[in-house]
Amino acid sequence: MRNKYSIFSLIKNSFTYHENWQRAWKDPEPKSFYDVVIVGGGGHGLATAYYLAKEHNLINIAVVEKGWIGGGNTGRNTTIIRSNYLWDASAGLYDHALKIWENLSQELNYNVMFSQRGVMNLAHNQHDVRELKRRTHANRLNGIDCLWLDTKQVKEFCPIINCSPNIRYPVMGSTLQKRAGTARHDAVAWGYARAADSMGVDIIQNCEVKGIKRKGDSIEGLETTKGFIKTSKIGVAAAGHSSVIANMAGLKLPIESKPLQALVSEPIKPIIDTVVMSNAVHAYVSQSDKGELVIGAGTDAYISYTQKGTHEIVEGTLNAILELYPIFSRLRMLRQWGGVVDICPDASPIISKTSIKGLYFNCGWGTGGFKATPGSGHLFAHTIAKNEPHGLNAAFNINRFVSGDLVDEHGAAAVAH
Amino acid sequence: MKDGTMSMDVDVGLIWLETHQMIKFTSSIKWEKSQKIMSNKFRLSSGGQINRTERISFKFNGKTFYGFKGDTLASALLANGVHLIGRSFKYHRPRGIFSSGAEETNALVQVIKDKGKTDPNIRATQIEIFEGFNAESQNCWPTVNFDLGAINNLFSPIIPAGFYYKTFMWPANLWGGYEHFIRKAAGLGKSPTENDPDIYDHKYYHCDVLIVGSGPAGLSAAKVAVKTGKKILLVDERPSFGGNLAFADEELSKINDLKPSEWIEETCTELQNNKNIKILNRTSVAAYHNYNYLIMMQNLSDHLSEKEKKGKIRQRLWKVRAKKVILATGSIERPMVFDCNDRPGIMLSSAVRKYINYYGVKCGNNVVIFTSNDDAYETAISLHNKGVKIEAIVDIREQSSGDLPKKCNELGIKILWKNTIIYTEGYKKINNVHVMKLSNNNSCIIGNKFKINCDLLCVSGGYTPAVHLFTQSGGKLTFNEGKYYFQPKTTSPNQISVGSCNGTFGLKKIIEETQTKTNEFLNLNHNDQSNITESKSGNFENIWLLPSDKVSGKTKPFVDYQNDTTANDIKLALREGYKSIEHVKRYTTTGMATDQGKIGNMHALGIVSEITNTKMGELGTTTFRPPYTPLTFGAVVGRNVKQFFDIVRKTPIHEWHEKNGAKFEDVGQWKRAWYYPNKNETMYEAVQRESKAARNGAGILDASTLGKIDIQGSDASEFLNRVYTNAWSKLAIGKCRYGLMLNDDGMVYDDGVTTRLGDNHYIMTTTTGGAASVMSKLEDFLQTEWPELNVYLTSVTDHFATVSVCGSHSKKILEKVVKNINFSNQNFPHMSFKEGLVDKIKCRVMRISFTGELSYEINVQSNYGQVVWEKCMEAGKEFKITPYGTEAMHLLRAEKGFIIAGQETDGTITPVDLQMDWIISKKKYDFIGKRSLYRSDTMRENRKQLVGLLTNDPKEILEEGAQIVEEVKSKPPMDMIGHVTSSYYSPNLNKSIALAVVKNGKKLKGKKLFVPMSDKTIEVTVSDTVFLDKEGDRLNA
Ligand SMILES: Cc1cc2nc3c(=O)[nH]c(=O)nc-3n(C[C@H](O)[C@H](O)[C@H](O)COP(=O)(O)OP(=O)(O)OC[C@H]3O[C@@H](n4cnc5c(N)ncnc54)[C@H](O)[C@@H]3O)c2cc1C
Repeated sequence: MRNKYSIFSLIKNSFTYHENWQRAWKDPEPKSFYDVVIVGGGGHGLATAYYLAKEHNLINIAVVEKGWIGGGNTGRNTTIIRSNYLWDASAGLYDHALKIWENLSQELNYNVMFSQRGVMNLAHNQHDVRELKRRTHANRLNGIDCLWLDTKQVKEFCPIINCSPNIRYPVMGSTLQKRAGTARHDAVAWGYARAADSMGVDIIQNCEVKGIKRKGDSIEGLETTKGFIKTSKIGVAAAGHSSVIANMAGLKLPIESKPLQALVSEPIKPIIDTVVMSNAVHAYVSQSDKGELVIGAGTDAYISYTQKGTHEIVEGTLNAILELYPIFSRLRMLRQWGGVVDICPDASPIISKTSIKGLYFNCGWGTGGFKATPGSGHLFAHTIAKNEPHGLNAAFNINRFVSGDLVDEHGAAAVAH
Repeated sequence: MKDGTMSMDVDVGLIWLETHQMIKFTSSIKWEKSQKIMSNKFRLSSGGQINRTERISFKFNGKTFYGFKGDTLASALLANGVHLIGRSFKYHRPRGIFSSGAEETNALVQVIKDKGKTDPNIRATQIEIFEGFNAESQNCWPTVNFDLGAINNLFSPIIPAGFYYKTFMWPANLWGGYEHFIRKAAGLGKSPTENDPDIYDHKYYHCDVLIVGSGPAGLSAAKVAVKTGKKILLVDERPSFGGNLAFADEELSKINDLKPSEWIEETCTELQNNKNIKILNRTSVAAYHNYNYLIMMQNLSDHLSEKEKKGKIRQRLWKVRAKKVILATGSIERPMVFDCNDRPGIMLSSAVRKYINYYGVKCGNNVVIFTSNDDAYETAISLHNKGVKIEAIVDIREQSSGDLPKKCNELGIKILWKNTIIYTEGYKKINNVHVMKLSNNNSCIIGNKFKINCDLLCVSGGYTPAVHLFTQSGGKLTFNEGKYYFQPKTTSPNQISVGSCNGTFGLKKIIEETQTKTNEFLNLNHNDQSNITESKSGNFENIWLLPSDKVSGKTKPFVDYQNDTTANDIKLALREGYKSIEHVKRYTTTGMATDQGKIGNMHALGIVSEITNTKMGELGTTTFRPPYTPLTFGAVVGRNVKQFFDIVRKTPIHEWHEKNGAKFEDVGQWKRAWYYPNKNETMYEAVQRESKAARNGAGILDASTLGKIDIQGSDASEFLNRVYTNAWSKLAIGKCRYGLMLNDDGMVYDDGVTTRLGDNHYIMTTTTGGAASVMSKLEDFLQTEWPELNVYLTSVTDHFATVSVCGSHSKKILEKVVKNINFSNQNFPHMSFKEGLVDKIKCRVMRISFTGELSYEINVQSNYGQVVWEKCMEAGKEFKITPYGTEAMHLLRAEKGFIIAGQETDGTITPVDLQMDWIISKKKYDFIGKRSLYRSDTMRENRKQLVGLLTNDPKEILEEGAQIVEEVKSKPPMDMIGHVTSSYYSPNLNKSIALAVVKNGKKLKGKKLFVPMSDKTIEVTVSDTVFLDKEGDRLNA
């Protein structure tokens, strides 16, 4: 890497008033031809380009991004990272990512602030307890760290949760994955961009894909706002707009796009040292290093491409937050926003070849793909380079919606009797 | 190299200063304590709109001060000569009061009442004081005067924007440690640690016209709007009306010969007397959603003392739907960006004007004014006329053609044209400014540097229209190249912007334009000629980043004060390739502080545009996200807290359960009787007893919570054919049938018994938890997929109470209770229904069973539920009838191998997997999920299938959710082939039983499998799913 980041380089550069730092990435105009073009400069797209360059010896790669890198869901999410998924395929995928997270700052020489502060999932009824325990057992046998806490232990681990037996849905226990936590979302996009750029990847911003040129069932190139780019391999990682791009190639994806909102409070001194999620009292919260409470919940009810979302979701979310953390009542919402998330019917992603030669899709991450970023990029790069899935993403092929071999991670979608 | 070392020296000096001050501070404590109440040294003897008859004492940082009713904390502190309020986020630099309103970025305080009632990050410029008010500085330790965090200043050369992305990476696993300290240093105020005793409220409001802002534009718009005779709402975030006009110099402008304050009063009185308009103060519009849906927060009692407040609502959230909206949100003054522009005693010129004219407070005695426009001259004149010495006005312009500079000249005020301030001195309070001449093209400074001593510096960099709400509503902006601001371009038809938020300045222009535009907007023709005198305004010049005599690396020209972002940080971001304005924002955190960039955003944009050589218009802005000012969580939630968090649904028989000691379980929103422990009984013992009783004698269960949907219409049978997997057309009237409902993927979704009441009339039952989603799913299908069907659905869950009596004595009990039905097996067989009477109460009796025992369900209109229940109890006395709860019900059905949708199934289980192949009709053309049942994976032989499990040790009870393996390994990963879905100790079989789904389970009967727990491995044998009464004899016992 050109100019290594460290405390020493910061001190050294302070003597020249930081005038000599190099660019984290160049801003090139597109070349006329690339071996691979990745569509979408979010974390997934950038990581894919990085691993293509690093592990598959491909250099002539471009990432095309319609706006600014990291400006999609990568820069809008609430950064929860965990791998305590129920099914083997998911656990394999997300834990693969978690393992990469553990050394990602060093690998990229960019501090992504991966903070293993633990993630709790609270149970509020018999059904929750049964389902969460089931997950704990599955995690244990898959070699993924996971603890079950009873109410007393919940209180000890995170004292501000309202564990009173008198609340509407008392806390009956919780899972805890200690290796889980959060990371700095922007840094993930920027760190991957810088590392990919230094290996020769072209990161092209303000370049929107407008069309995909096909010849029979293979790819010829892309129409973009910066002109035609010739290529024979396209990897699409466009999150909420995946279906739009699939449509350009004449493909239909089993994806619905909906707004998902989040909000932050004004910054306050540390008050919560872990991440707490609850399904029955639907909201989750963590605290950013800056001190803001980072809060989220469910998607808006309707399919839409708006990044705005409705007030009613915010109200419902804060309703749940105050039920579990009544001490937050006087805190104030500083900012609220939304992102367009891409949801598959089984709530699991697609990392897959398609019926069109040279066209690959990485999408369907919905409300939870940030945590997978390094793993997803790594496996997608493999899939593109080798034209076949890696063992860890074989289950996430697009054909599962034809065969019915779904990876249903709805978790709480089942009914309680 | 040398320069760098020198700049560090300066900062070492600061630390020395901190220490020095600390010593001075400690020695002064005694003196200050004896002083007790500080004097209002900086309050003028008269003038202003505060109520001088009501003196208020309050505390700040433990010291007692006094102010007057109508003061904000900021005005009261300034009256006492206090400027230093807090410390900045990163460098912990001393900061003072900068503005006079919602845009404040420096003067944030912690308002203290008690542990449950403390408010962090409150703007001193907004909060009104009351008797007993108490606040403290935040983000400093031990005190705001001596703050150890200021050590960060020493490191400032090595911690520029984004430094944290470049370090703390070694050793690899130590981030957690670094983070601990970073988190402690960050954050601002403190969260309450106890529950909030205050109440919040919601209000829905519909109006014809909503006017946001009560400045001259808002008031003029209101005067026109009331002529429509329709329902008008006018709101303003401030305690009083008039906007910036409220603190205009009293002598400089007149409306109809009235002073500004008199005109405001007259107008407000006129409006208040008009019944068509409602006027709210202390009400801030937080968000502007689609279709003129606005969220506003009204502050009702934060300005009151505890005594006055008693029982009053704290804040009310208004949800307003307005036919038309008039935005008159005004504009926000900009600072100037130069080295050390952040010291206490540096304030916005408009704020200083407000403090002197509105609060009667002078913010200093020796004032320098630094400006790029004429507006600041009004401040100079107000100050001068009230006896404050203006040391000089430093103006970056060559000259001005306006009236006010001329007037200042006449008053003998020194004006330094074409000069700029390059530096300020004074650690905790400004004490002088360094001034130099600007070169012709403003790119550098020339001539000699000179100092002017002062204790106050007013800055004015022009005004930025407050377009936040406008853009939230979807409006697009255009950059006004001559005036250096963004202003509204396109507007939706039901909205207009008037006044300075629309880029219109000057009193006369604002009032006239507002009148014309409002008339047009509301289809009126009402012109109210006003006679306005005002001063002519000169040109405006703009320099985003002022030149300096130093290497830029050695300067600290702040752009975002609170987050300590300087122009250098912005340049660094650009140099490193973070070029998009959003990247600059995120990398440097500019605009992300609690003021959300109200003060500094335009400068950040300007600096980026200059350096990247991009036009401001092309650069665009960052998104203005709601809320406009922070919104209290409590207000968003309103009354929906504690017991109102979610409704509690209770069955009509709930009271009886309670009286009889039932423990309840939450199932969806319902409270269901879970078990009824006798004295000293554990849950286990109670459930065992109840389960035994229900099998051996008589049991009674409240089944009222099951979802019930009344289905009517000529296509009702066809509808059921499409909804359920089995066939319905041939079900005879008076018969009941069990059905499974699938989702699109062919997976079990819900189940229940449906009864045919008439030719075109059915009643369907669903699971308790699934009732609402089944209802809406069915409606959805009816309305979107099968509009041709003549079917009507009505949810009748709450309409009926259901009493279920089971056990061999149940028939005898029913015979006693429902006298007009013949209960013989021939007349009333299993899976059939009869109408009957309990005394005079009409009821529907179904003979159906979820326990495998002879069993009847009596459905009566809800109000009679408890009576019928009690009658059954009475009639069952001789048979020792025992009430049983949901837990025993679950146990009983598990003995029979009956599934619970949502427990045995989880969205991945088909009817075939449940070994219920019989329920899938092969003949029907279609039903929901049918196609999916024939997909390759759904047809796979070795899917997970429902089986029974028996533990080797009959006393050992498996844990529900435990995973099953074929082969135990010494350590994970292990191949899991299924999991335990239900597990109980069966008192009727005297052994533990379990249901499970296991891969290829159908073929594994008799096979040994393992359940590895964290502390042991349990051996199990695969069995049949029906553990008791395989032949079903008990149903007819
Ligand atoms: C509010 C919210 C909270 C979330 N919380 C979490 C969480 O806590 N944990 C978690 O794991 N996940 C979370 N997620 C989900 C997570 O953010 C996403 O799954 C993940 O970031 C997706 O990354 P990506 O790189 O695939 O997509 P993105 O970051 O959205 O990148 C896709 C990019 O494609 C670009 N693009 C689209 N169309 C085109 C085109 N035609 N041409 C060129 N470029 C195009 C877009 O501009 C965008 O930059 C959350 C999401 C939201 C919205």
